[in-house]
Amino acid sequence: MITRLTFSTASRVLHQLRHDRRTIALIMLLPCLLLGIVAWMFADTPMVIDQFGPLLLGVFPMLVMFLITSVATLRERQSGTLERLMTTPIRRADFVLGYALAFALLATLQGLVLTAFAVWVCGMDARGDLWLIVGVAVLDAVLGCVLGLAASALATTEFQAVQMMPLFIFPQLLTGGLLMPRDQMPQVLEWFSRAMPLTYGMEALRDLAAGADLGDVQGAVGAICAFIVGALALAILTLRRRTP
Amino acid sequence: MRNNQGPAIVARGLRVVRGGRRGVVVIDGMDLEVPAGQLVGLLGPSGSGKTTLMRAVVGAQADVTGTLEVLGLPAGHPELRHRVGYVTQAPSVYGDLTIRENLRYFAHLMGAPETDVDRVLREVDLAPIGDRRVGVLSGGERSRASLAVALLGTPDLLVLDEPTVGLDPVLRRDLWLLFHRLAEQGTSLLVSSHVMDEATRCDRLVLMRAGRVLADETLPELLARTGAADAEGAFLALVEQEEAAA
Repeated sequence: MITRLTFSTASRVLHQLRHDRRTIALIMLLPCLLLGIVAWMFADTPMVIDQFGPLLLGVFPMLVMFLITSVATLRERQSGTLERLMTTPIRRADFVLGYALAFALLATLQGLVLTAFAVWVCGMDARGDLWLIVGVAVLDAVLGCVLGLAASALATTEFQAVQMMPLFIFPQLLTGGLLMPRDQMPQVLEWFSRAMPLTYGMEALRDLAAGADLGDVQGAVGAICAFIVGALALAILTLRRRTP
Repeated sequence: MRNNQGPAIVARGLRVVRGGRRGVVVIDGMDLEVPAGQLVGLLGPSGSGKTTLMRAVVGAQADVTGTLEVLGLPAGHPELRHRVGYVTQAPSVYGDLTIRENLRYFAHLMGAPETDVDRVLREVDLAPIGDRRVGVLSGGERSRASLAVALLGTPDLLVLDEPTVGLDPVLRRDLWLLFHRLAEQGTSLLVSSHVMDEATRCDRLVLMRAGRVLADETLPELLARTGAADAEGAFLALVEQEEAAA
């Protein structure tokens, strides 16, 4: 599945980012800024950041990574580089997995930076294992990447691409238990949320914040991984060598 | 000729629809044979179907029906991805990488040796600025960087969509010399242009208009047949003949 050309592509994507320092700074610092605002708002009730901090550790990076990957692939499409790539021996999987690999690496760094910020600056004190929380938060960010890759296939213009996030992510955020516990939602919305990847990402982090261990969240983690694989497969299959 | 004794490209009853389900028929029933090892110019006004034909040849175009063979294989065959170099009209290189980084990446993809990077940089005369970011290059430099990518791995067929547009006359002459050198080494080239004057640079011409082939011969043959003084005059004469016949 993963070949030499996958790594060439991942390395090319990282090289491109290296020339764009401001984007890297935004990726690393933007989630910290958002989390910092929340922590500041609830400075008098530290219980809030202990309870919701881990959840935000997953949600903020996921939003950022979704946007970045969906714009990155759209850019390839519009600059003609994708058309050229598709006439070379690169396999479609090399292209998608190369992007996923590069951004997963970035997501991991981002997760570590954000967690360090949450613990040392915001004073987050989660009940569950911190490393497990980091792991699931990174997994959520990777989920954001691959959902962005899959969604970008549906967008043909920049205007459409930027709306893929509100279209794909916001309904999942709303029904994922952020506003209302899922068991209190109307039945149909509860069914909807059960079919959505983000629900599991948020559930696992909420449980870990409350002191759950790996055994308690392994079902949800398995679901996230399955959705990551599914979204990758979708992104690979919707990529076309021949375009109209 | 390399690896292949037959023609470089053969089209029989080629029909191409662009733009998907509600698209337009850009090429409708084209027959064409492009000989191997020659520099063939694909000339015609903007909108005549040159880009669509080239996209079909390199296997980037959907909704292609009829027969289209490239180096003896159906267009878009996986084996051709190693043997055909393609330059799109808009330079398709990564603006946020240096020229050299672009070339290194595409060399990996084509399975070309690392030494090819320096060779193609010299061939398009970009060696002194190889470490410059593509985003800061002039339009002409950028299109030469895009051309350099297509030269990696020494393909058997080069499909170049308007590679000389916007270049200064000296560079344009140098590029045509490069194309001739490649043809002498056995590469087949299909080079499009909407500038009729470039006909004099080609071994053979294919004149296109409204998705059809108006002429497919050498320039002297074309001029003798139409009695025109240059390619532009010949093009006009052929269009007038057609309109008179209709």
